[in-house]
Amino acid sequence: MSSGRCAACRYLRRRCTGDCIFSPYFPSNNPQRFVSVHRIYGASNVSKLLQRLPPHLRAEAADSLYLEAQCRLQDPVYGSVGLIFQLQQQIHAAESQLVKTQAEIAVMKSQAQHPQARQAESDFSNLLLLQQFDNDANLSFSNQVSSGFN
Amino acid sequence: MRSQEPRSTSSCAACKLLKRRCGPNCIFAPYFRSDEPKKFAKVHKVFGASNVSKILIEVPEEQREDTVNSLAYEAEVRLQDPVYGCIGAIALLQRKMVELQHDLTLARARLALYAGTYSAGIGYTESDRFSMAALGEFPVACGGIMNSFSQTSYQVNQDAHLYDFTQIPYI
Repeated sequence: MSSGRCAACRYLRRRCTGDCIFSPYFPSNNPQRFVSVHRIYGASNVSKLLQRLPPHLRAEAADSLYLEAQCRLQDPVYGSVGLIFQLQQQIHAAESQLVKTQAEIAVMKSQAQHPQARQAESDFSNLLLLQQFDNDANLSFSNQVSSGFN
Repeated sequence: MRSQEPRSTSSCAACKLLKRRCGPNCIFAPYFRSDEPKKFAKVHKVFGASNVSKILIEVPEEQREDTVNSLAYEAEVRLQDPVYGCIGAIALLQRKMVELQHDLTLARARLALYAGTYSAGIGYTESDRFSMAALGEFPVACGGIMNSFSQTSYQVNQDAHLYDFTQIPYI
């Protein structure tokens, strides 16, 4: 006998009336959706929660209950809270990377805006290298400085 | 004949609320102490004692405390936000992650430009460090679980939050 019952009433083996709280959100063509929600929350709790909400918000509530139930079924220990933790960690790591990259940009920008300072820094690095050779060849540092800036 | 058993005065919060005797093997007792009645009350209101008991029985004992704490957190959030519960928080965090990834991509592109200019000037050799190949190295959030949900995408005009989920698998 075709009853046209929603997934909830089919599962609960009861008559699906015209004002069934479940039928708009748990259609008969998706029985697993109600099974998931019922396993975690129970039909009674879902019914009470939906009843307390204005009708225009019930569809989204049913969707979010289903998603949370799925999370809990896949991860019985942490459920959707595990996803929250994971996202928070990823956000923290991304923020750290962003701060670091922005600091590097600031350094690069400063060096690009002051090329004289950059050239002087390069000259000084070269002088230090030359000094090592000078020490080996017994040349004085003062002589090398005067020849390096010519 | 009077019973020799002492009256139990240490019922856990669950048994107190459920008005039943708290036996030595009560599954709730280690995690719902009598001095935290609201914790169980919230969990019971959202999930129901029977469902909580079934969930706890299914997890190893050493993980039950974490399970209870996550259930308590979910219940708290669901009671505060009956429409979206923890899914609302997840959607917000996902959006923030997408924005951060976008900002990081832009920042790295800028850095690569500066590095290219610098290396062209004095032979700076670390430009590979800022290679464009390093962009977008952060994995997609949620390990793919949230991305495998939802048959239809939908928008919510609540504080301009955008929830975009993908397909739900059938169990």
